[in-house]
Amino acid sequence: MKHTVLVGTRKGAWTLVSSNQRRDWRIQGPRHLGAVISHYVADPRRDGCQLMSVGSGHLGPSIFVSMDHGENWVEAAQPPAFSPAPAGEPRTVDHVFWLTPGHASEPDVWYAGTSPQGLFKSVDGGNHWEEVLGFNHHPQGLEWRGGDKDGTPDGPKLHSILVDPADKCHLLVGMSGGGIFESFDEGASWEPLNKGVAMDFYPPKEDGSEYAFGHDPHCMVMHPEFSNRLYHQNHCGLYALDRAKGDRWQRIGDNLPREVGDIGFPIVVHPRDPETIWVFPMDGSGQWPRVCPQGKPAVYRSRDGGQTFERLCQGFPIEQAWWTVKRQCMAVDAEEQVGVYLGTANGELWASFDEGDSWRLLARDLPQIYSVEVVTSP
Amino acid sequence: MIRVVLPSQLDDYTGGLRELALDLSAPDDRALVLNDVIDELERRYRGVRFRVVDEQGAIRRHIALFVGQTMVRTLQAPLATDDRVQIVGALSGG
Repeated sequence: MKHTVLVGTRKGAWTLVSSNQRRDWRIQGPRHLGAVISHYVADPRRDGCQLMSVGSGHLGPSIFVSMDHGENWVEAAQPPAFSPAPAGEPRTVDHVFWLTPGHASEPDVWYAGTSPQGLFKSVDGGNHWEEVLGFNHHPQGLEWRGGDKDGTPDGPKLHSILVDPADKCHLLVGMSGGGIFESFDEGASWEPLNKGVAMDFYPPKEDGSEYAFGHDPHCMVMHPEFSNRLYHQNHCGLYALDRAKGDRWQRIGDNLPREVGDIGFPIVVHPRDPETIWVFPMDGSGQWPRVCPQGKPAVYRSRDGGQTFERLCQGFPIEQAWWTVKRQCMAVDAEEQVGVYLGTANGELWASFDEGDSWRLLARDLPQIYSVEVVTSP
Repeated sequence: MIRVVLPSQLDDYTGGLRELALDLSAPDDRALVLNDVIDELERRYRGVRFRVVDEQGAIRRHIALFVGQTMVRTLQAPLATDDRVQIVGALSGG
């Protein structure tokens, strides 16, 4: 069994490969040296197929496709681009932030999320991309997302595109400026899915009601087998939702230690057990430094759907380690003892091969890590 | 002939070519403009246009286009058949 970790960074892409049950790893790369790789993902439906979001910084966005495990890359003939605006603010894609393979029954379908926030779809394996008009041109779209200049300093992002394994028509997306939205008709129509989610950066409504949208989800995951089980790490806490039982998120982050808090970016879920998740809380106090609290890195794991959490830090520096872990920078493999992988903004790749109990440094001195994914192949 | 000078950022598209001469003449119904050069580059090196011009038809923010020594911000800038066109890509940022 071969394990490959795909690492996207601010300055190119690398892979780490192990052919001996995750004991030894060799690093390969770079690919696209100098380019911003926001997301580097493999296609679970087609062995060897990989897609990479490549941004040059100044030359606009693009997507590259490899069909041979990353050896050779071909640029998309038609990268994601907004249609000409007949009126209002003309929109231009700054970078492709997120890539998601489509449903298993549609091996040529891919989705992409961009900054400024837009949803795109390819039906030819990533070569040509079109807007998902039901989302990008939704009558309430501007209200949901705000103006393109209203977002975070490096741009508001559409992320966490989830395709329900049980129903290809059921899609969810997160907008870092706007909230979570859901479609049951393959993207033709959408509704907000933000009940129960705090939005304490806005003034409370005078009538005591909740905001329906405008939230700031950071990362959302759907369990691959029990797809009703959703989790999401938000700007305002950590949440779980059993979609079969309703549409109101529960704030499970209240069960994290108060001195740690429940602010962070990444979240991953166990490939078989929907009750097990891992998060990496970061400091959301004061100036929002977004580093691990007190400079003491730790992953927190729950085995009971977020009712209780364990602090996991064996192998990490014990102090003065001010890590930031971005939202695409945690991943899990599907081994019996699940491997958990974590990339930091200071270019270190860490892994645990005992479900988070202990951690090993696999690579250091890489550029700022933007995405981490692991692929297992025969 | 229009002399075109290209930046290193486009090497992946042009195979590292930094300079070329284009034998372009004005169409019958209008004068030659800068957009004709971009179109010809796209015809020769697919993908170049989207690196220089965004989907709304605007020159990308960190790209500068010069006709002679004058920076222009419109693809409709008129050209003479012996002009020198230079595409400059910013290398700002860390």
